[in-house]
Amino acid sequence: MEPILETKNLTVQFGSHIAVNNVNFMVYEKQFKSIIGPNGAGKTTLFNLLGGQLKATSGKIYFRKEDITSLSSVKRTRKGIGRSFQMTNVFPNLTVFENVRLAVQSRMNIRYPFFKHFSHYTEVNEKTYEILELVLLKEKQSVLAKQLSHGEQRKLEIAMLLALDTEVLLLDEPTAGMSMEEVPAILSVIQNVKKEGNRTIVLIEHKMDLIMNLSDAVTVLFNGQFLADGTPEEIMENETVQNAYLGGLYNGSPS
Amino acid sequence: MGMLNNRMNLFVIIVGLLLFLLPFIYESRTLLILLTQIFIFAIFAMSYDLLLGYTGIVSFGHAMFFGIGAYSTGIILHRMESTIFTVLLSLLVGILLSLVISILVGFLTLRLKSHFFAMLTLAFASLFLVVAEKWRTLTYGNDGFTFPLPEFLRDRTYFYLVSLTFMIAIYFLLKRFTESPFGKVLVAIRENERRVESLGFHPLYYKVIASVVAGTTASISGSLYVLSLRFVNTSVFTMEMTLDALLMTIIGGVGTLIGPIIGSGLIEFAHHLLTDLASISPIFERWIIFFGILYILTVIFFPLGIVGTIRNRISGKGKKEKYAKKTVAG
Repeated sequence: MEPILETKNLTVQFGSHIAVNNVNFMVYEKQFKSIIGPNGAGKTTLFNLLGGQLKATSGKIYFRKEDITSLSSVKRTRKGIGRSFQMTNVFPNLTVFENVRLAVQSRMNIRYPFFKHFSHYTEVNEKTYEILELVLLKEKQSVLAKQLSHGEQRKLEIAMLLALDTEVLLLDEPTAGMSMEEVPAILSVIQNVKKEGNRTIVLIEHKMDLIMNLSDAVTVLFNGQFLADGTPEEIMENETVQNAYLGGLYNGSPS
Repeated sequence: MGMLNNRMNLFVIIVGLLLFLLPFIYESRTLLILLTQIFIFAIFAMSYDLLLGYTGIVSFGHAMFFGIGAYSTGIILHRMESTIFTVLLSLLVGILLSLVISILVGFLTLRLKSHFFAMLTLAFASLFLVVAEKWRTLTYGNDGFTFPLPEFLRDRTYFYLVSLTFMIAIYFLLKRFTESPFGKVLVAIRENERRVESLGFHPLYYKVIASVVAGTTASISGSLYVLSLRFVNTSVFTMEMTLDALLMTIIGGVGTLIGPIIGSGLIEFAHHLLTDLASISPIFERWIIFFGILYILTVIFFPLGIVGTIRNRISGKGKKEKYAKKTVAG
């Protein structure tokens, strides 16, 4: 099987600090892959590289064997790599409906019409309703995004990503900063998406226990380096991973 | 939204009709001239709000396009015989020049972040001001020149009706524009440009097109402005023009189209009244002081402007209206 998304010796450096160091990472089509690692492991930086928000210092990124290292984030989204953000990143003064509608509009390639009234695009509105239902936000559709609770904003974020209907979903800590009561709702949204079974999902998570039974495979990053990759069981058993998480003193040499 | 929108349109149409009838009911030359001025500046302010209120671009060089329209009309009517045809030609030339220049300037400047962009637009506008001052064979420098008008437009009533028609037509065209899928992306750019990018839209193209539409509209208002004065000089390129548009937009309400029209009405009326008061106390000759105070008070107490504040009150009451997709820019 060919990997859908792959990095080769991917490195990014900020001054003297190497945030992502020679990472070889791959995801297969329709796989559910999680990336875990302690704070500062370079998980989000890796996502920024995959999504095109950051330029790599060296190394290559391939999407379906095509080199996309130098493509802008706009082009990558259109090719089929969508991402959500760890810091909530929505349009604060627009309604929930409008937030999602914009993403649907982009997906349907309605970019430059400037005369017809936006509400006359019925297919866009219907699709928007559908997605709001999927992420359990239908009651909130006319509320401004900034008035939502944190958990609801995270759901909105996922809704916008789903609206883009990309093949690959990059989810950056969807449960970050959420109260424990809100977490199950997000997990069920993610489970719903996984059940549809037509998407490749890459998930960053801090809390290992949350994702172990969702994931097909897990990659562990530590200090910007690739540490381990395998099924959730293998990772749980892996000694290096345990050291990294428990001891936090892992010095980069395989033990 | 539908309901509110229809009511709004109805309101605009009724006011528009009343304004059309006005010159036949109430004959006052001063009032007609004042209202004509208001219509022209309303067009200018609406075009500015497209940048400021909808797309979130702060431009200090918008007078550039106003001036391009003004000089196109002035020079063509000065050099050629004045007929309706040449007036239309001059409008068209102004629009085309603004189109080309806004595309060029847009691609050069709109990549920059807010304040760098603002400074660069200021520089471009100053460049045009200097050209207008120095190219004396064409512009007669600072002194400017007068030019004849075709018969038809010399009549104040006709000119009033022409300006009113232009304002209403442009209002409805821009309304369509801002409520289209394109316009919705502009508002999203104002809210969060980086997010727009990760949705797969190209912000730069949207910003350039917005500035093209704003530029050409401003050029029309510039043409009308000098037609109303029958005179053009370098003042059309000055910073004060841009600041007037800024003030009208902010007082009337950013992110709306009716706001700039109301703002233009208020400012022009206030200007007129204050200059009349100059005989009472010399301080009223410095009317700009009052506008400065007004501006500060508005920004502190009514940051949404008149229209925005009223709209907030209304939507605060009628929140239960289902399917109320009331984005800030409705």
